[in-house]
Amino acid sequence: MVSLTINGKVVRAEEGEYLLAVIRRMGIDVPALCDHAAVEPYGGCRLCMVEITKESWDGWKNYVTACLYPAEQDLIVNTHSEKVIELRTSLLDLFLARNPETPLIQKLAADHGLTKTSFEVVPEPNDCILCGICTRVCDEMGFAAISMVNRGHGREVAPPLNEAPPDCVGCLACAQACPTNYIKFEDIGTTRKIWGREFELLTCEKTGRPTITREFAAFLSKHRDIPEEYFKVNDEAHRDELASTMGRITRWSVQEETK
Amino acid sequence: MRIESEKQLRDYRKKLADADKKLTKKIMVCHGPGCLASGAEKVSEEFEKQLKRKKITGVTVGSIKKTGCHSFCEKSPLVAIEPAQILYTRVKVKDVAEIIEKSIKGDEIIERLVYHDPHSNDAIPKYPDIPFYKHQTRIALRNLGKINACDIDDYIRVGGYEAAAKALLKMTPEGVIDEVTKANLRGRGGGGFPAGRKWKSCRAVESDVRYVVCNGDEGDPGAFMDRAIMEGDPHTVLEGMIIAAFAVGAKDGYIYVREEYPLAVVNLQKAIEQAEAIGLLGDNILGTDFSLHLHINRGAGAFVCGESSALMLSVAGNVGEPRAKYIRSVVKGLWDKPTVLNNVETYANVPMIIANGADWFTSVGAPKNAGTKAFSLVGKVRHTGLIEVPMGTPLRTIIYDIGGGILKDRPFKAVQTGGPSGGCLAEQHLDLSVDFDTLTKHGSMMGSGGMIVMDDRTCMVDVAKYFLSFLVSESCGKCIPCREGLYQLHKLAIAISEGRAQESDIEKMEHLSEMVVTGSLCGLGKSGPNPFLSTIANFRDEYLTHIRDHKCSAGVCKELIKYEIDAEKCDGCMACIAACAFNAISGKKTKPHVIDQELCTKCGACVAACTREAIMVL
Repeated sequence: MVSLTINGKVVRAEEGEYLLAVIRRMGIDVPALCDHAAVEPYGGCRLCMVEITKESWDGWKNYVTACLYPAEQDLIVNTHSEKVIELRTSLLDLFLARNPETPLIQKLAADHGLTKTSFEVVPEPNDCILCGICTRVCDEMGFAAISMVNRGHGREVAPPLNEAPPDCVGCLACAQACPTNYIKFEDIGTTRKIWGREFELLTCEKTGRPTITREFAAFLSKHRDIPEEYFKVNDEAHRDELASTMGRITRWSVQEETK
Repeated sequence: MRIESEKQLRDYRKKLADADKKLTKKIMVCHGPGCLASGAEKVSEEFEKQLKRKKITGVTVGSIKKTGCHSFCEKSPLVAIEPAQILYTRVKVKDVAEIIEKSIKGDEIIERLVYHDPHSNDAIPKYPDIPFYKHQTRIALRNLGKINACDIDDYIRVGGYEAAAKALLKMTPEGVIDEVTKANLRGRGGGGFPAGRKWKSCRAVESDVRYVVCNGDEGDPGAFMDRAIMEGDPHTVLEGMIIAAFAVGAKDGYIYVREEYPLAVVNLQKAIEQAEAIGLLGDNILGTDFSLHLHINRGAGAFVCGESSALMLSVAGNVGEPRAKYIRSVVKGLWDKPTVLNNVETYANVPMIIANGADWFTSVGAPKNAGTKAFSLVGKVRHTGLIEVPMGTPLRTIIYDIGGGILKDRPFKAVQTGGPSGGCLAEQHLDLSVDFDTLTKHGSMMGSGGMIVMDDRTCMVDVAKYFLSFLVSESCGKCIPCREGLYQLHKLAIAISEGRAQESDIEKMEHLSEMVVTGSLCGLGKSGPNPFLSTIANFRDEYLTHIRDHKCSAGVCKELIKYEIDAEKCDGCMACIAACAFNAISGKKTKPHVIDQELCTKCGACVAACTREAIMVL
């Protein structure tokens, strides 16, 4: 364990634990758009930048992303210094130029006193904030079906060669994790459409409702050791099954006790 | 044959040197990038053909060496005749017979092919007397032009691998690190971080595996120092890496070469195979139990892969994007193992430090900036080329003595150092000494060593705009400040160059720049606003003229200028009419011509065509 000071309070943290986790544990609100529990920290949105210093640094201060900076003994952290807020406001000003109509950005910007960007809005604005959560989640799932393509300002999320991605299994993890709902999909009956692909959804033997895609079920049973039978019914039916089993166990144990 | 002791290496070198002495004349044909582009290969082929045919005593086909870059690229293709130290410039295939007849068979000098002083027009036949070479001190580039790049024997003949032998057989790893630390060898890739300290920290980390990596991803526009070393003296890079690997305890090393340098890849690969074949690389080097395997990785054209963390991810097969370096790569680098990453030129200095000692190295250069630095001197100077000078050399010496001054003796305006994210220094900085600390203090940086000289016809807003556009397209796009911030800075620079900006935009750019510097993830973003920051610091008036008066005093920004013909000077030769692709110029022979402003696209073709300087830029 190490002890450090955050906004004037002395706190303890695991050595090497990232500052953002410690800050959040204290209930301090620091925006972080590229942060997601399912993936490793990224350091792309820069909004979680905080000011750090140490007694021994002779007044020198550094600005680091809390999501990637490990907690250190005697570190003095300020999450809302004047310079940090100025930095965050400028970042949001740039975000607004790229995503002027995105509610998440509008809200954060408004919290920092911005309603309109002071820069030139990009030619074709959309809701993608390029946080990379979708592509990293897809990597973590084991598919890497989509990725960041192009460099610099032309960067975008896309499947290889902008064609229907052969490695996609239609799990929807990307769309689920997207903080701005930019990734679109469609479930109609037992058909799912995403990234230009069409998947067939398995049907629950008990409820008759769609479950997951055939490809995703095959992947999970092959690579994650989940028996294929598991996917013959949907979660609702699984819950039913679980409830009735639990009921039977309870009734049985009560009987045993009264004996 | 495997070389397994110092004595064997020494004996082998003596044998090679003796054989070399038997050659009475040597013909050194430069096969550097500039000379190859101007037809050096045909020249060396012609020499081979004619020598075979003529059978001259004491001169064999072996007397022709296809060497690395002779550096005086302005005068390419270059051929040096040794040991007389004669340098022939702009040699054509048709000159070969005459050179053989006069300078190989005889000892005559062909005056028309030697360098002539641009002012006095005096012939200077010997290269050590040419100002371009006279003011240089060569350590990293020592073998360029002296040896055949693809021949390990030639490298051994001039003392190659002796430093590696000394380190491996007579020194301890700690001793090597101490020597390099004492020499104060600072990273030549631009950062200037002391190599000895880097090696020491890497060795101190507990780990079963460590790596040495060489950064050959030289991407700055106009820079070719590392290219020249990798192509022209690949063994020195290997030797530097062997010494570094021995010092830190690495068994594997990677050389990351940019895809645009195919010859560097070929020559390095050949060098690795040659060194492995005689036991100077691979398993049990020089008969010791130290082994090092070197591998070549080819980059795929991303400028950002020259950034250390992006480079290591790229070597490992991932997308080359920088990551936060709060944990340094000497602790967690390539494949999360302790890694030493140094630049090509840094490695090229290492054998010389080990062979000659730290005291010798620190006797060259300036305080805290020991040794030399290689630069590629380009732009509006007379003598463009590859140079190496002691640290602390004044800019003036580089530009006026080595570079021969500004083309057509126009006034000097600025010099851009440090590549795209470096900065521009102005006339008042000409007497600054060129070293890591001085350049940084004045808003530029050493960078990897690109040096672009500009004259009064260069617009500084345009320069900032150009370098910003380079950085916008080379930003990886991972973090907002670099991706969006540089994009907006570039947009604002365009607005200024087109006369659409307000004075408040300068303040806006300064504020944004500060944010990009503080907020960016990697060095590329952090130094990204430098093209703007250093031009606004030294040339604020020029920005203001664009904004207030809608004028570009250098006559570059198309939206703010127009071309007109001076009727007094125009003799009506019609050359400009022929040159104009847009039929914007009209007039009769011997009568002054006129430009139609509606049709003129301001391409400048007429200015280039006019022999009387009659076309004015207003």
